[in-house]
Amino acid sequence: MPKYVIVGASAAGIGAVEAIREVDPVGTITVISDEHCPQYSRPMISDLVSGKANFDKMMCREYQFWQKNDVQALTGRTAVNLNLAEKWVALDKGDHINFEKLLIATGGNPFVPKIEGSEKQGVYTFTTVSDAESLAARIETARTAVVIGGGLIGVSVTEALVKRGLKVTMVELKENILSLILDQTASEIVENVILNAGVTIATGQTVQRIIGKPEDDNVVGSAILTSGETVPCDLVIIAIGVIPRMELVSGTDVKTNRGIIVDKFMRTNVPDVYASGDVAEAYDFVLGENRLLPLWPLAQQEGKVAGYNMSGKKAEYPGGTAMSALKYFSIPIISIGITNPRENGMYEILVKHEPERTLYKKIVLKDNVIVGLTLVNNIERAGVMFHLMKNGVKVKKLKQELLSEDFCLATLPRSLRRKLYPGEYR
Amino acid sequence: MKRIIAKEEYCMGCGLCEVYCTVQHSKSKDIIKAYNKENPKPTSRVKLEVHKPVSFAIQCRHCEDAPCVTACLSGAMQKDPQTGLVTHNADKCIGCWTCIMVCPYGAIKRDPSGKIISKCDLCSELEVPACVANCPNGALICKEVKP
Repeated sequence: MPKYVIVGASAAGIGAVEAIREVDPVGTITVISDEHCPQYSRPMISDLVSGKANFDKMMCREYQFWQKNDVQALTGRTAVNLNLAEKWVALDKGDHINFEKLLIATGGNPFVPKIEGSEKQGVYTFTTVSDAESLAARIETARTAVVIGGGLIGVSVTEALVKRGLKVTMVELKENILSLILDQTASEIVENVILNAGVTIATGQTVQRIIGKPEDDNVVGSAILTSGETVPCDLVIIAIGVIPRMELVSGTDVKTNRGIIVDKFMRTNVPDVYASGDVAEAYDFVLGENRLLPLWPLAQQEGKVAGYNMSGKKAEYPGGTAMSALKYFSIPIISIGITNPRENGMYEILVKHEPERTLYKKIVLKDNVIVGLTLVNNIERAGVMFHLMKNGVKVKKLKQELLSEDFCLATLPRSLRRKLYPGEYR
Repeated sequence: MKRIIAKEEYCMGCGLCEVYCTVQHSKSKDIIKAYNKENPKPTSRVKLEVHKPVSFAIQCRHCEDAPCVTACLSGAMQKDPQTGLVTHNADKCIGCWTCIMVCPYGAIKRDPSGKIISKCDLCSELEVPACVANCPNGALICKEVKP
């Protein structure tokens, strides 16, 4: 009987396998994935479309990763049912796999709003490598595209399509693109580079209807926006976001909210059942609560924590927060934590903006502790600031220095460095 | 494995660590050619951190539980279980800057190409890393520690 069963072979599944193998070199591991290929970097699917990467480059671990870790990888298989009392997972062909410890790392499904005409040929979601391959196969014959969604996925796919020579219209419901991770100033900086690349951005709108081509109604011909405007297009890409894939636990005792509820050890409320990654609501140390944060680095870390605990090494998830490093159209941006605070007197905001050099730095403080960070262009010391943030360091005396372009490790007083980096002063 | 430690009380901020690191990571390994001729321009992987009067050099610490490895989107950053080194595979790097975001030392930088990152490799081919060997005032020392 497999000791460990992991449903999902992406970031969290990979992290869990690596952690388990550190602790338990022999316990049997079975990984179930409904994708047909070996492991790959999901954030890189846009690079597959742009032509920057082929599938080999997208593999985020060595080719023989599963074999080398002595993992039975069931790819192209779907876990369809879960019996918690008897501790087994049922697969799509009617077979069962028993487990001692189970990790649910099923990730997210693309959110697809109800749009009339969305069944037409040329409408794509953008979450898996197979989505990316289907889209890439259509690019040669397409000239124009409408991307629905101006978030991380929407902007990534837009950039990829632009690099392949398509004319793109990006449609975003909010007033600014990337509004979940950037404030208005930073968002406008990105908007400008996207506009300069020839993209049309339609904000405050969505697509209400997709119309077929005059010669073939089954093929996408144009999209009608909520404003009534008709945008002719060969492709429509739905890139709004992901919602946790919780089919496997629905109807079971596993407690869910918007995602599967987990504690700091990535345990669900059911003994021996863990959850990690986009499907789980893990701890956000900035907000002080659990929530969905579908981000690759966090998924991998959560998976690692689950893997350690499953194999008997106690590990606590320190918590993550919203954090994104962006490189859209070559402008480096790092955004962490609360970037758009409510103006209720609780937050202090430090800002430096030099539009002529496209430099922007915004630091959000609460009780003199950094709770949010936006850096455009000058990003190299972001990690030092993030370290201050994670450790809840009071930065009252450092406010001016934080905004300085010369901010670096040496800026921190020696006493603080000794505390934060004890290994350096042994 | 080796570990570099900075002695800030001896650092004069001269920047020779950066110069010798740049040369060591150039194609020609010749200071004049490295600075004047090579294209792409070689870059230093050590950073001289200056906040007068304090200065010291910082480079990748090859952390035991390295945040950059866990955060890396493409798998370019890996922890070598044998040597303990955090290795960076430039062919796999996509320059997403996620490692820069999570490095508590700020020891990772964007390569001048703007396409990948660049960080200390502890000069694995040398007995003593170039920055340590060429520090004129003993402000960088290299110790052998257990991986």
